[in-house]
Amino acid sequence: MVFLGIVLGAVLGYASIRFKVEGNPLVEKVEATLPQTQCGQCGYAGCRPYAEAVAAGKAEPNQCVPGGDNVAKSLAELLGVEFKPVGGDQGSGPKPKQIAFIDESTCVGCTACIKACPVDCIIGASKLMHTVIANQCTGCELCVPACPVDCIAMLPVKENIANWKWHYPVIEIKKAA
Amino acid sequence: MSAPHVLTPDRSVSTIMLMVLGALVPAICAYYYFFGPAILISLALSSVTAIAAEAAMLRLRKYPLKFFLFDGSALLTAWLLALSIPPMAPWWLIVVGTAFAIIVAKHLYGGLGNNLFNPAMVGFAVLMISFPAFMTQWPAPLMLSQHPVGFIEALQYYFSGTLSGVKLDAVTMATPLDTLKTQLQLQHAVSDVKQMPIFGAFGGKGSEIIAAMYLLGGLFLWQKRIITWHIPVSFLATLILIAAVFYGIDGSRYASPMFHLFTGGAMLGAFFIATDYVTSPTTPRGKLIFGAGVGLLEYLIRVFGGYPDGIAFSVLIMNAAVPLIDAYTQPRVFGHNTKAE
Amino acid sequence: MRTFYKFHGGVHPPEHKEESNRLPIAPAPLAKRLTVPLRQHIGNPAIPVVKVGDQVLKGQMIGAADGFISAAVHAPTSGTVSAIEPHAVPHPSGLPDLCITIEADGEERWIERAPLDYRNADPDAVRLRLRDAGVVGLGGAVFPSYVKLNPGAPAGIKTLVLNGAECEPWITSDDRLMRERAAEVVEGIKIMAHLMCPKEVLIGIEDNKPEAAAAMRAACQGTGYEVVVVPTLYPSGGEKQLIKLLTGKEVPAGQRPVNIGVTCSNTGTACTVHRAVNHGEPVISRIVTVTGNVPEPRNFEALIGTPIAEIIQLAGGARPDTTHYILGGPMMGFGLNNLNAPLAKAVNCVIAASPALFPPPPPPMPCIRCGRCAQACPCELQPQELFWFSHSQNFDKARAYNLFDCIECGACSYVCPSHIPLVSYYRFAKSEIAMRDMEKKLAEQAKERFELKQQRIEREKQEKAARFAEKAAAAAKAAAAASGVEDPEAAAKKAAIQAAVERAKAKKAEAAAALLPLPLRERAGERGENLDAPSPSPPSRTHPHPNLPLEGEGTIALSPSRGELERGFEGEGVKNNTEAS
Repeated sequence: MVFLGIVLGAVLGYASIRFKVEGNPLVEKVEATLPQTQCGQCGYAGCRPYAEAVAAGKAEPNQCVPGGDNVAKSLAELLGVEFKPVGGDQGSGPKPKQIAFIDESTCVGCTACIKACPVDCIIGASKLMHTVIANQCTGCELCVPACPVDCIAMLPVKENIANWKWHYPVIEIKKAA
Repeated sequence: MSAPHVLTPDRSVSTIMLMVLGALVPAICAYYYFFGPAILISLALSSVTAIAAEAAMLRLRKYPLKFFLFDGSALLTAWLLALSIPPMAPWWLIVVGTAFAIIVAKHLYGGLGNNLFNPAMVGFAVLMISFPAFMTQWPAPLMLSQHPVGFIEALQYYFSGTLSGVKLDAVTMATPLDTLKTQLQLQHAVSDVKQMPIFGAFGGKGSEIIAAMYLLGGLFLWQKRIITWHIPVSFLATLILIAAVFYGIDGSRYASPMFHLFTGGAMLGAFFIATDYVTSPTTPRGKLIFGAGVGLLEYLIRVFGGYPDGIAFSVLIMNAAVPLIDAYTQPRVFGHNTKAE
Repeated sequence: MRTFYKFHGGVHPPEHKEESNRLPIAPAPLAKRLTVPLRQHIGNPAIPVVKVGDQVLKGQMIGAADGFISAAVHAPTSGTVSAIEPHAVPHPSGLPDLCITIEADGEERWIERAPLDYRNADPDAVRLRLRDAGVVGLGGAVFPSYVKLNPGAPAGIKTLVLNGAECEPWITSDDRLMRERAAEVVEGIKIMAHLMCPKEVLIGIEDNKPEAAAAMRAACQGTGYEVVVVPTLYPSGGEKQLIKLLTGKEVPAGQRPVNIGVTCSNTGTACTVHRAVNHGEPVISRIVTVTGNVPEPRNFEALIGTPIAEIIQLAGGARPDTTHYILGGPMMGFGLNNLNAPLAKAVNCVIAASPALFPPPPPPMPCIRCGRCAQACPCELQPQELFWFSHSQNFDKARAYNLFDCIECGACSYVCPSHIPLVSYYRFAKSEIAMRDMEKKLAEQAKERFELKQQRIEREKQEKAARFAEKAAAAAKAAAAASGVEDPEAAAKKAAIQAAVERAKAKKAEAAAALLPLPLRERAGERGENLDAPSPSPPSRTHPHPNLPLEGEGTIALSPSRGELERGFEGEGVKNNTEAS
């Protein structure tokens, strides 16, 4: 029995070295769940720092505003903690996707929003009009307060033929009567 | 409106269930002919119980009664159970078995389409374990009975538990499988045992004809493409094969493959119980594995196990393996594992 | 007689072909107003090349192909462009899409049409002609033909398959086309064969169209093309199914027929190829079956853009008990929400549906795992498992069970005894998975861009620190301690920006119409700080993100370089360039 114990212990010890996981896999998993808007609404400087904080147990998994309850739910599941809705008891779905829009007639070309954009998706040069690369905008809203002339608005993305998707079949089996 | 806008006109859940029920009718007629009218009482009792239990459960689960009550699935469960247990029993036996099958084995698992175990066989297993004494009181074939039981007498027995004038022993008998098992334990050879009056040409007197009727009904279902050949063929082939092996090893201690085929629940199981859609695999290879597993377990339980017949337990055991079988027998999908040129 | 192979499954829905295949194709009269959708094909929608008010000629290009997978659209008749705006289109979503509306002048003045001598022309010129003539697959997928007719595979194309199976019930447009215009179809096949150089050309036709097969055989005399009659079994007209039927080869999952040396095109497409190359006529009309609950079901050749309501009128109009309309066949078609939607290249059939012809489906029951769907599935999938996973939104599992091999043919739903709308669940799951994949990709890109920006800021900080250290050292060495270290640059910038802000405010006050909901936020403090910070840009103008996985990479300027910023303010009359020191 002792011998068996030693052998199994050795196997376990070997396995722990042989199959050692580099880095903290939890952080990666948490980060993969986050929407990567880099908006900082969770109180951290970006998705990665928030993921690290969540993985370390320093932050609650329900602080991701753009991700909404869906992300909060998957994070709670990942961490094995109880799910709490985002932003208090009533909860919130994921925010409807929106993107920044620069009113080009008002823009003074100050580049302030360019600096504020965490994903470098506003283009333009000093004194020249700026514009948003629509399909790269994460909708983080960080450029909105940065603008000195209030020329940036967040516009919801409307459903059109290109982004339309099939809905869940409405006839629920149970309801059918 | 969603595509497709047309649906097959001739098939619905209820027509399928009705066809299966219809396929059982020849066997029920044979049953009536050889063993008397008691089976009809048994079928009626279980049908009424099943419908009542189904209605109660549907109401509790807030399902629309209209569609689900008459889909025929509860009736099929009731009939299969009634045909599996002895038709000379107190009324509450069949009621308890059917109610358990519908309420626990079917609805508590999620209702039609979601139950892991065959409800009729769960009902059977519960009765077999809880009330073993009643489950061995099989009526003797009418031609061997000292006192053929009529309809009124059977009804009287069902509800009062007594028979006027005759002892219960006079109308019941051990089944062929039971008899064989007992006699073999007494060191009699199979050939000698089969000389006993209860045995017929292949299996038991009368019951072999019922088995043949199940076969007929099964072939009808296959011809109507309600069931595929996979499960019955692999089930029966396995049973024949393994019986042949043992028969070949020692013909005096092991019964012939033919005997195994035509006794007990083999035919009923092969065509009607093991082929239950919900509790059997859906892939062709899975069906073959499932059928073979049931056939093997059936033989082992019959011959080496503690029960005279093993169809219920072998089906239930294999039911538990169905998700696993399905997961590992997924057929090749079009365009996969082909060589691009 | 050529032998054919078999594919798994398939169903036999009632054919209903006789209703509409007896009468010859009738030309549809010119509508007053034609609405041409710019998205009539797979890929990028065409870009409008005309303006409202422009006079256009019949066949004039009004939308140009945009990018590789795209096709042009053309004016179906001569007239005036009256609108370029979203309009109802034939699409399952029922959403409007960008269309060009033309008021017909009734003169039908053509553009100049010139045939192209394809035998002596550069194959690329022929393909270009097809692209600019808007030739797309008319079998349903509307894939741009010029992309398809490119023998890209190194092994070349062995077999060119022409799809005349038309396996969907009710539809007879290809049937009539092959009967009446077999010679034109064969001319088109010749062009395709010229482009692809296949070893054999097979034309697959279901055995319920003997007249079409006979006409095609006669037209193929002396060409070496072979007409193969295949048994009627839905979905034999599915591209992969027909290729299996005719060649015995399976197109590998996730690949295209060209990977196994086969190209498959619809016979209707062949006809448009012929018109485009030999006559210089772009795709401005198509043959459409109008059938179902109409008094005179038949086929019409109608201009693209004709309102579907008018086409239905041609068949005598829908009977009063018509409840809805189906575009395409009953197996794969979709309900039409708006009769004002115009005829598009993909629309091969309009069915007026009544409860008698298309009884509403009974309410679905739970799946009883009968496996009938698996027996019917031409892709050899296990639809009951896919349903289970799609229903429970277990998308990873659905994908693992090869959901994306489903061709949505509807055979499973057709046979389902529980009447479950299986295909609806698969479509839902597919589009949900596609959207999530897209979001994930975008999230990854966002993350990458964010990280690159962080790196850049870090690097600049270091560079600046280094520069300051250098400067400080230089200053110490010179021992000329001037008071001007106070950063005059920032002060000047602040002033300039303040001026700009004032201007902008004035402008905004003027434009009180407030087109945009501008959020009002207080952030006076931040403003100065933000602008005081060093502008985060590399000193060189080289692209700092060489691996950015983006289209139009070159255009993504990051924040402007410091020099640029300052040059900008110089223009304002502010002269203070510390960089020069």
